[in-house]
Amino acid sequence: MPLHKNGVQIEDSWTYLGEEESPTLGDRTILSLDQWKQNREQLLEGNHSYGIVLAPLDEVEELRDDLDRIAVIAVTFPTFANGTGFSQAQLLRRMGFKGELRARGHIIQDQYMYLDRCGFDTLETDKENVVEAWKEALSEMTVFGQPSGDDRQPAYLARHAKGNKAAAE
Amino acid sequence: MYRYDEFDHAFVRQRANQFKGQVARRLSGELTEDEFKPLRLMNGLYLQLHAYMLRVTIPYGTMSSRQLRQLAIIGRKYDKGYGHFTTRQNIQFNWPKLEDVPQILEDLAAVEMHAIQSSGNCIRNVTSDHYAGAIATEVSDPRIHSEVIRQWSSLHPEFSFLPRKFKFAVTGDATDRAAVKFHDIGIIIKKNDAGEVGGEILVGGGMGRTPMIGKTIRDFVPERDLLAYVEAILRVYNLYGRRDNKYKARIKILVHERGIEEIREKVEAEFAQIQGSSLTVPQEELDRIAAYFADPDFEAFDAEALEAINRELEVRKFENRDFAAWMKTNVKPHKQAGYAIADITLKGIGETAGDITSDQMDVVADLTEQFSLDEMRASHEQNLILPHVKQADLFELWSALNSHGLGTPNSGLITDMIVCPGMDYCALATARSIPIGQEISRRFADLERQYDIGGMKIKMSGCINACGHHHAGHIGILGVDRRGEEVYQITLGGSGDETASVGARVGPAFTADEVVDAIETIVNTYLDLRESPEETFLSAYRRVGLDPFKEKLYAAA
Repeated sequence: MPLHKNGVQIEDSWTYLGEEESPTLGDRTILSLDQWKQNREQLLEGNHSYGIVLAPLDEVEELRDDLDRIAVIAVTFPTFANGTGFSQAQLLRRMGFKGELRARGHIIQDQYMYLDRCGFDTLETDKENVVEAWKEALSEMTVFGQPSGDDRQPAYLARHAKGNKAAAE
Repeated sequence: MYRYDEFDHAFVRQRANQFKGQVARRLSGELTEDEFKPLRLMNGLYLQLHAYMLRVTIPYGTMSSRQLRQLAIIGRKYDKGYGHFTTRQNIQFNWPKLEDVPQILEDLAAVEMHAIQSSGNCIRNVTSDHYAGAIATEVSDPRIHSEVIRQWSSLHPEFSFLPRKFKFAVTGDATDRAAVKFHDIGIIIKKNDAGEVGGEILVGGGMGRTPMIGKTIRDFVPERDLLAYVEAILRVYNLYGRRDNKYKARIKILVHERGIEEIREKVEAEFAQIQGSSLTVPQEELDRIAAYFADPDFEAFDAEALEAINRELEVRKFENRDFAAWMKTNVKPHKQAGYAIADITLKGIGETAGDITSDQMDVVADLTEQFSLDEMRASHEQNLILPHVKQADLFELWSALNSHGLGTPNSGLITDMIVCPGMDYCALATARSIPIGQEISRRFADLERQYDIGGMKIKMSGCINACGHHHAGHIGILGVDRRGEEVYQITLGGSGDETASVGARVGPAFTADEVVDAIETIVNTYLDLRESPEETFLSAYRRVGLDPFKEKLYAAA
């Protein structure tokens, strides 16, 4: 699946490990949480970093101790109506995950801003004209009602910040 | 009342434009109907039985004359000269065309209104006490924090695709008129021992097919931490709420299945992480919003003037029985001497509950401007309220209301029912509610009889989703489909106030032909068994339970 950053397609050097496959050291593979848990000790022995793919029911807390050894976390949206991934992303960022946070699954243009706000870096999608859609989605709103871990200030702070009076216009 | 500043204006304008783009992408086929559905719902646009329906929010029920006039225009232009007030401080317009909706949203934005999140699996319009700011016993105006929550919840990047819809209600008074215990989150604004303002937070209340009374998750959260606390609740819900079954997806089920202790533990752990973060609403923002809800310029009356006004009112009541009747039920005491709260029930005998014509909206808008310091309210009981009326103006106000069919003297009486639109409009309904409501209204039209029955809340829903709050009705009526026939189940003893209770089913359902007789039997049974005229239906029911009613209802069978 083509990988995009800020709407622009980029090279993806990672591959997903098949369900029946077993991981080997340093493969740049993305493992399910179960695969990671089963092979964790062996994998941590080397000096490599790994990728994890999360499903909505996975507990992100289980990755807390290993975050510095994980380079990519791919958060799955089984349908765009299932927004669990937005909260998983928030928790991962708050736990201090500095690697690539990737969104995969069924995601629509109207969620691009939310992905950006919740700390995602990249998006897997086979849609066309992602650049345009991304640009449109991220420019529609310039006023925000709430903080979200990004640098967009909620209105309740922005309206009291000096020199910010006209920012919304 | 709250006024938009440049941030709010920009927000609503941008949101209206965003929806215009979504409509265009739907019309071009770029968005499938499945993908468009949650987007249009998040903007209050439903596809009903016959046409689209647009649901416009009236945050915490407060509106100005200018806003109401705009709704009247929208009703004329895009509906059939009507609007319908709902049980969640919203107004619905039937029959708009999809391509007209962006224009309607622009018209709304021009008067600081919108339809944002009046539907969809997101945080819905925040509702509140319709007497806020006008009653003496209030701790703090609940609209201040309702507004804080409204802004925080709008287009929330993390909580716009929740397992299911999510409803807040906020009250600032110990007497609960906002049904906070029947909401996903209910907040009771109160003061702690140190005199600080904060809120008691209840979670997991709701109606629908599994009615639940909300449980207190924390007794007191200081006002600056309210957003952090509710965000913690929403995060726990978004992560753990069930998505495998739409009927088990509300937070009430999560709380029920996991237990309030486990949910509290998770929420408190999350709150500990985010307390003090940028979710802390600065005092200057709380002050800014509070200033909008400060008392309007009330006129002061001395004791002598008040006495003269009262004498005059007594004379008017003596001379005019209809006015006296309206005063008796529709006028409530105000915190400010010389003022009163006036209820306008949208429950004329035999009419459709909550419906109002555009011409009537214009009348109410004029009267709001003339007599109520330009502020009016919509209640979850499908009525309108003029919250700040000088007592000296009450007769003139009533005369004007009465000449436009808006002076029905039945606030709180048996004909002041909640009735959902039912199968006459709604795609979800399984039975009609409007004609049954109209028939009950006609059956109990006699005012002396209504007085004799006393305070009584009949609430009716045309399907299990319970928009008509039947679970919280002293008498609840639920219309269902039984093998192709519309039948009506009756529950007794529900209440949406601070003593909240879920009504209990009295027995097998009644057909459309039987149900109004059954209501009459229940009422007569109550009149026979009450200990005194002061014992209300709800008190009497709580004393005697279902059995006496069952016996009378099913005796013949």
